[in-house]
Amino acid sequence: MDFELNESEAELARGVRRLCAGRYPLERVRAGEGGPRVVDRDGWRALGEAGAFSLCLAEEAGGVGLGLDEASLVFEELGRGLVPGPLVATHLAAGLVGGAQDGTVVVGLVARPPAGAGALPTVVEHLADLDTLLVLDEGGVAALDPASLQATPLGRPLDPLTPVWSLAHLPSGEPVAGPEVAAGWLRDGAVLTAALQVGLATWSTDRAVDYAKERTQFGRPIGGFQAVKHLCADMAVRAEVARCAVQAAAVTVDEPDVGDASVAAAGAKLVADQAAITNGRSAIQVHGGMGFTWEVPVHLAYKRARVLATQFGTEAALAEQVAASLVTPSGGGA
Amino acid sequence: MDLRYSHAEEAFRADLRAWLEGALPGLPAKPSPNDWPGRRAYDTHWQRLLFEAGYAGVDWPVEGGGRGASAVEELIFKEELERAHAPYVGVNFVGLLHAGPTIIAEGTPEQRARFLPAILRGEEVWCQGFSEPGAGSDLASLRTRAVRDGDDYVVTGQKIWTSHAEVADYCELLVRTGPEDSRHKGISWLILPMDSPGVDIRPLTTIAGSTEFAELFLDEVRVPVTNRVGDENDGWRVTMVTLSFERGTAFVGDLLEAFELLTSTVDVARRTGAWDDPGVRRQAGHLKAGLDALWALTRRNVSQAARTGIPGPGGTLFKLAYSETRHELGEFSLGLLGRAGLAADDSGGPGGVGTLPARTVLEDFYRGVSLTIAAGTSQIQRNIVGERLLGLPKEPVAGRPR
Ligand SMILES: Cc1cc2nc3c(=O)[nH]c(=O)nc-3n(C[C@H](O)[C@H](O)[C@H](O)COP(=O)(O)OP(=O)(O)OC[C@H]3O[C@@H](n4cnc5c(N)ncnc54)[C@H](O)[C@@H]3O)c2cc1C
Repeated sequence: MDFELNESEAELARGVRRLCAGRYPLERVRAGEGGPRVVDRDGWRALGEAGAFSLCLAEEAGGVGLGLDEASLVFEELGRGLVPGPLVATHLAAGLVGGAQDGTVVVGLVARPPAGAGALPTVVEHLADLDTLLVLDEGGVAALDPASLQATPLGRPLDPLTPVWSLAHLPSGEPVAGPEVAAGWLRDGAVLTAALQVGLATWSTDRAVDYAKERTQFGRPIGGFQAVKHLCADMAVRAEVARCAVQAAAVTVDEPDVGDASVAAAGAKLVADQAAITNGRSAIQVHGGMGFTWEVPVHLAYKRARVLATQFGTEAALAEQVAASLVTPSGGGA
Repeated sequence: MDLRYSHAEEAFRADLRAWLEGALPGLPAKPSPNDWPGRRAYDTHWQRLLFEAGYAGVDWPVEGGGRGASAVEELIFKEELERAHAPYVGVNFVGLLHAGPTIIAEGTPEQRARFLPAILRGEEVWCQGFSEPGAGSDLASLRTRAVRDGDDYVVTGQKIWTSHAEVADYCELLVRTGPEDSRHKGISWLILPMDSPGVDIRPLTTIAGSTEFAELFLDEVRVPVTNRVGDENDGWRVTMVTLSFERGTAFVGDLLEAFELLTSTVDVARRTGAWDDPGVRRQAGHLKAGLDALWALTRRNVSQAARTGIPGPGGTLFKLAYSETRHELGEFSLGLLGRAGLAADDSGGPGGVGTLPARTVLEDFYRGVSLTIAAGTSQIQRNIVGERLLGLPKEPVAGRPR
């Protein structure tokens, strides 16, 4: 056992970080705020060339042939770079939808609401950017042409870099994969989304710590006040604990004999969602009034975290899933 | 990243498991919690058995009498002992997890030869005399004085919260050898024989009703200079080595125990019907996910220690996150027992429910309360994370310019 990044894993993460810094500087990312399209096609192809979408695809199929282990490291960096767009969906679609793997097409994904889910509309992210929309439910995956859908753009999206549309009706689409693939996607999608959350949680921590060193009040940097210092320390702890959980889940998917991959994935997302959301909130608090302005970017990570928390399992569903694993066959009396 | 164990590691596990199956049934009955001489006898007997089977000091160097195996095998060792419900380190905690590793890292060859084997064989029990009434979180302000007199130090002062002092043979003692206001620069690390004239031990009762720790009064106690570990006035650095072990891997067994408590709690909840409540299930799910994440962090820390030989800053992160989670778990379990948790009585009283006796739940609950204080409070851990990991400005100290 050696649960530490090896040299090639560390280099992979550094490479993606460099790519994000070059392709996705914050000002460029922010230029897309509030618009219907946020995916920069050149950037998307660059991500494809770097293997962001094809990492887990077998080499015979034109992929890199690595595992979720490496993919989780890449997605953590994409999260930290606040890279917008349907990253997880396009990654999952590699090998199933032509062009997804090399980033020449953009693929979105929406979970089909369970029957009887009530009157809530189906909300789809990034519709105007999509070449294909996949619909996921327990029975499998189906493909839809985004242009064929009757969709209403929704104003003032929570995350200005995640535009959303409402669909009154979600057609059944063309089946492209069965229940086994769907189950794998729910698990892997949870891990990769959780990895994005770890990146966001880390980014929020870095922003808060930088500001705490820079901003002075009462003649001292505010980071010297324990109320602020301890907020920052808790952020760092949350991010690191979540990082370990997510990486362990990714490795467990790759090496299923080391544990229950589905439970690990659900637990990791539960912890990572919480870390990203709480750290987002804390970063705003550390910035004071500035943190409540549109201009200062800390709100972006908080909002993105809330968007991601609605994908691949909500808090209630994930907690239930993990709890079920605690029920031992021998235990209980009923 | 690799979570699979190698063939050699798996073989180590299999041998250990087989040995445990043979050894555990022969153990005497567990002594009652407040029978300290009985607990000492029980814990040291167990340590002796481990030693004879070659499982004492798994990750200690061979020269120190250990097995010379990696931190990963030490982790497997703890995992298997917990799985088999083997005895906990108990009164051997300080010897095995603090004093021993410190002497390995900083002791002279003579000190290693004299003290390490006796710890491993379960012959000598250690305690930790760091905290004082006036120096807890601010350990560097400690005032117990050691004055050089020929080949001895003459030590006078008071220690407090000394766990297992009643049954210890030796104490890792921090003393002031420099000027009164020398703080970190005037501390030395001594080995104090507990039977020295002038040592007076007065047990203190914890909120759990146990005399687990004590006050230690030292009145002109003579300690040979050869019992100093590290240089004179260099004890703070030596202490940091000890603390990095305490915060590094010392809580692994404890974490594994927490998983067990959670599983037993869930069994109880299913019996009482509390499990039908989605709120209860979700709380359990959060706790399980939290413990799993800490287990992942443990494996990260152990892997780093296996690479570098010393625990990294991950130990502080772990201590902080774990003690908070453990406290939540204690509240959860006790809450689920409801009125059956109003007495820690297994026999005549309301008792626990099913497999989980109220005594166990209450002891775990109290333990959860102590963890955010012992070995550095959570507030102090946050200062450490903030200052050393994140580089935020240091806390002001009176008399020191900011
Ligand atoms: C069960 C148990 C076993 C122990 N065993 C041992 C042992 O074997 N040997 C030994 O030497 N010690 C032992 N200790 C002592 C332990 O290390 C101390 O209790 C601990 O370091 C805190 O010191 P204190 O009790 O003096 O509290 P104080 O330092 O007085 O702290 C009181 C409160 O003030 C807060 N505080 C203090 N300074 C700061 C600051 N700078 N910033 C923010 N908050 C601050 C603390 O967090 C705490 O909440 C044990 C303690 C317990 C509970």
